[in-house]
Amino acid sequence: MEGLEKVETGARERLEAAATLDELKAAEADVLGKRSALAGLNAGLGRLSPDERKESGRLINEARRRLQELARSRLAEMEASERAARLEAERLDLTEVPPARGRGHLNLVTQTRDELEDVFVGMGYTVAEGPEVETDWHSFEALNFPKGHPARSGFDTLYLEWGEPESTLIRPHTSPVQIRVMQAQPPPIYSIMPGKVYRKDTPDARHTATFNQIEGLVVDRRITFGDLAGTIETFTNAYFGAGIHSRLRPAYFPFTEPSAEFEITCAICSGGGCRTCSGTGWIELGGCGMVHPNVLAAVNLDAEEWSGFAFGFGIDRCAQMRHGISDMRVLLDNDIRFISQF
Amino acid sequence: MKVPLSWLRDFAPFDLDPRDLGETFDDLGMVVEGIEFIGQGVEHVVVARVLDVAPHPNADRVRVTQVDAGDGALQVVCGAPNVAAGQLVAFAPVGAELPGDFTIGRRQVRGVWSEGMICSARELGLGEDAAGIMVLDGDPEPGSPLAAALGLETDVVYDLAIEGNRPDANCIAGVARDAAARLRLPFAIPEPAVAESGAKVEELATIAVDCPDLCPRFTARVVTGVSVGPSSPLVARRLTLAGMRPISNVVDASNYVMLELGQPTHPYDLDKLPGRGLSVRRAEPGEVLVTLDGVERRLTADDCLICDAEGTPVGIGGVMGGASSEISDTTSTVLLEAAYFDPMAIAWTSKRLNLRTEASARFERGCDPEGIDRAAGRFLELLGGGEVAAGMLDVRTEPAAPSPIRLRTHRVNHILGTELGDAEVRALLEPIGFRVEPAGDGVQAVTPPSYRPDAGTEIDLVEEVARHHGYSNVRRTVPVSPYVGHLTTYQRERRRLRDVLAGAGVSEAVSPPLLAPGDHERTGHAGELIEAVDPLAREESVLRATLLPSLLKAVGFNAARRNADVWLFEVGKVFRVPTGRRGPLPDERELLGVALAGEGGGAPAAKQVLDVVLDAFRREARIEAATAPGLHPTRTARVLLGFDVIGHVGEVDPEVAAAFGIEGRVGWIDLDLSGLLPTSHSYAQARPVPRHPSSDVDLAFVVDDAVPAAAVAGTVRRAAGPLLEDLRLFDVYRHERLGAGRRSLAYRLRLQAPDRTLTDADVAEVRTACIEAVAATHGGELRA
Repeated sequence: MEGLEKVETGARERLEAAATLDELKAAEADVLGKRSALAGLNAGLGRLSPDERKESGRLINEARRRLQELARSRLAEMEASERAARLEAERLDLTEVPPARGRGHLNLVTQTRDELEDVFVGMGYTVAEGPEVETDWHSFEALNFPKGHPARSGFDTLYLEWGEPESTLIRPHTSPVQIRVMQAQPPPIYSIMPGKVYRKDTPDARHTATFNQIEGLVVDRRITFGDLAGTIETFTNAYFGAGIHSRLRPAYFPFTEPSAEFEITCAICSGGGCRTCSGTGWIELGGCGMVHPNVLAAVNLDAEEWSGFAFGFGIDRCAQMRHGISDMRVLLDNDIRFISQF
Repeated sequence: MKVPLSWLRDFAPFDLDPRDLGETFDDLGMVVEGIEFIGQGVEHVVVARVLDVAPHPNADRVRVTQVDAGDGALQVVCGAPNVAAGQLVAFAPVGAELPGDFTIGRRQVRGVWSEGMICSARELGLGEDAAGIMVLDGDPEPGSPLAAALGLETDVVYDLAIEGNRPDANCIAGVARDAAARLRLPFAIPEPAVAESGAKVEELATIAVDCPDLCPRFTARVVTGVSVGPSSPLVARRLTLAGMRPISNVVDASNYVMLELGQPTHPYDLDKLPGRGLSVRRAEPGEVLVTLDGVERRLTADDCLICDAEGTPVGIGGVMGGASSEISDTTSTVLLEAAYFDPMAIAWTSKRLNLRTEASARFERGCDPEGIDRAAGRFLELLGGGEVAAGMLDVRTEPAAPSPIRLRTHRVNHILGTELGDAEVRALLEPIGFRVEPAGDGVQAVTPPSYRPDAGTEIDLVEEVARHHGYSNVRRTVPVSPYVGHLTTYQRERRRLRDVLAGAGVSEAVSPPLLAPGDHERTGHAGELIEAVDPLAREESVLRATLLPSLLKAVGFNAARRNADVWLFEVGKVFRVPTGRRGPLPDERELLGVALAGEGGGAPAAKQVLDVVLDAFRREARIEAATAPGLHPTRTARVLLGFDVIGHVGEVDPEVAAAFGIEGRVGWIDLDLSGLLPTSHSYAQARPVPRHPSSDVDLAFVVDDAVPAAAVAGTVRRAAGPLLEDLRLFDVYRHERLGAGRRSLAYRLRLQAPDRTLTDADVAEVRTACIEAVAATHGGELRA
């Protein structure tokens, strides 16, 4: 068929030359539309013989299909490159995104206290709290420290201008909460008492005047010293780890008898002896003992029917040991560079 | 307390490893704070004579010496500046082991062979001097052991911490008694041998006591013809090991007896005591005495004075002596006071005068009134010379006979968790001096020795049984709590509050409960404050009544260290004088304080953090503009739940912030936890999620600045009625076109019916109602 080849070649060039979607649409209308050369050829078919018409018509249709196919592929190609260009324009370097404010950090002391509480809650204890400003009676008298008792001097108690002289103080230990718990509920008692305490003690790397203690109190029928030792060991394993053990050695506290200091395996040397533990393999953690009959009497409990144990140690000290804090004063500076480490 | 092992061996044959003995002390509650091995590590060190000193060919600062260590000349390189020919020195030959696991070898020093080391005192653990070698006095034989040349005797010194309830263990003999009992070793305190050769003591001196309550027993012995001089080497060495400086035979004997037996005594120069005697009385109120330490002491009638026979004070009984009758080089007649003072009286005097001495520490814990005779005898025995006057002056109030304590074996086992029998209990108590007699089935009558004033009740005896049975020998058990462990709702919600704040970007501060004077005032706080009595430091002398100063100090601390954008919160107690009647304790409450400083801080951030907190506890609070001390007068609001003000939100007054060294805006929240946190748990009840589509309506109203946005929102909420699902302020716009003092508040209303899709008419109706209501209530116009 004369001219068809030329028409198709021209149309093909036209479609291929289109650079934009609009140009492609215009080219498509020009080469495949009603006024296109191809349409003209089709219109000329009537002048041919039936045989020629059939053959030419077939050739024209084939050319049209080829051109339509080309137009479609050109369209797909253009859409793909346009999408690619659009996405490229949206490219984002995720490492250039500035950090958000970020989360806040709970104080290390709170984190430590929560974890200690959880260990004892898991052992069936409740958590008791009491006032930080206390009466002398709850803090000392009821705990078998009468006024003038020499052991009081170890507490460096800060008294307050409130009521009679030396009647009101900032609690130097959380033990008055033991008294409040025993006054508030009948035994059995399985409680811990965490909280802030204060001692008039010049701060140094190992001590701050404000610090946090946690005490435990169990009062039930037939509670023994063996129960105390076993409870300390269970807690030690749970909090410090399975390889850390505890031992008790005799000590003196007015509110317990028999009394003991409890020590745990030095975690630095795993008990082998090092500078931290002065070569003993043990680190002193806190005090404990069997609740003194005078303390039970102060809260009207019959020491023949009920017995109990109590223990106490420093929350800050647990944090110090676990996190390697060389100077305890940093715990009260509230330096955000320290707080954010935990 | 320093306890030499050699001294302990005077009382019991301790021949176990010194470290094991230390463990025994620990296990008995006599805590070993240190063990010192004396004279060990120099076994291989010998005396040598320096024959010649020559310069080193290749080094300026060391020299080449020839020394004789008994076997002819050896070449030794020495770096000490003080080495010189002719000296006798401490020499470590090749193969010697020195303290610190250090073995001497044959070695070259810059090309010159050295056959050993000339040692400094520091290298041998014999002193701190490391500047030069140790040069020996006298004429010891080269090659002989250094220890012999120095008269060194090896010993082990324990540093023990003795608890307040163990007066018996405040002395060498007491420590030995406790340890010997534990180790099942024989124990005895030898009776002192005293030959009385002088006149009757009554002819030489007198004593009188007119306050037997303060001083229940007072005794005196007299020695004449004493010559004051140095103590024997044994006494001097033991005192030194125990940490006391030898002074003279008289003073040393008194100190020795105190360390050994726990009984303080006081020697007087009898010739310097007017009236040749002592009298004991209460001080006159306000009476003044200069004590041995040169300090003028003002006394009260509760203090016990030791006076000469004419009534002039010479010392404070049981605490400290005076200078006038001190032992001197010329003393020839000694009166030895040995007394028992009331422990509580000594404790009060010592505390009041802030004067603690070796004597007062022992008397206040309780000495042994029956140990006085032996102590005085031991003093005389140690003093040795002179003529001891016959007899003892002794004024005493007969103590009440000690009453036996009933000790029930089942009680012991009940408290300890042991299964001991009567005989075992008895076998644990008798070796430490308790007399145990059967008193019925499972009961024994126990009489404590006079040196155990701390043991007065059954539980004291239980502790002694436990100590000597061994704490580690008690079987460990764990009691089973009948409860399910839990936190209270308040405690759980308080933890959640902290977590929510941390999630909102705020970190947690912890502050002391005390502030400096003026800290509250700097924050504008005008309420009454509670002060500490005799605080350690002014910085911590006033109980805090608000959290504002604490948090501003924390922010200021960070600002001073260039820590930017510090957002801090604290959950803590504050203490206030109640408005009504004063109770036994101040008003104490737990508050939340939040301070948001730096970029993105300020009141807007505070409001947003507050919204997060209120949402976390499902609290619908009202925010009303208000003022509060220390807070910004026009950027602060109070937070109300119902009619209760539970706190504030806004910003710190810029002048207040500046007073704490903080520049820029500081957002602030304070909330009373008792108002914020629920105390009983309630579960949120589910509402069905709507299944029909919702419609949004945006309405922007132009209103006066004086009209709070919250008020407009309230009006819209009421006007929109039940179809309103959500209402949100999404834009605030100010422009002069809107008029001065006016702004546009744009709200998005989400409308929703539970059971149908809303029609245009529904939406239009709500829209109209809202526009009319805002116009009528606030004069607000819809913004075109």
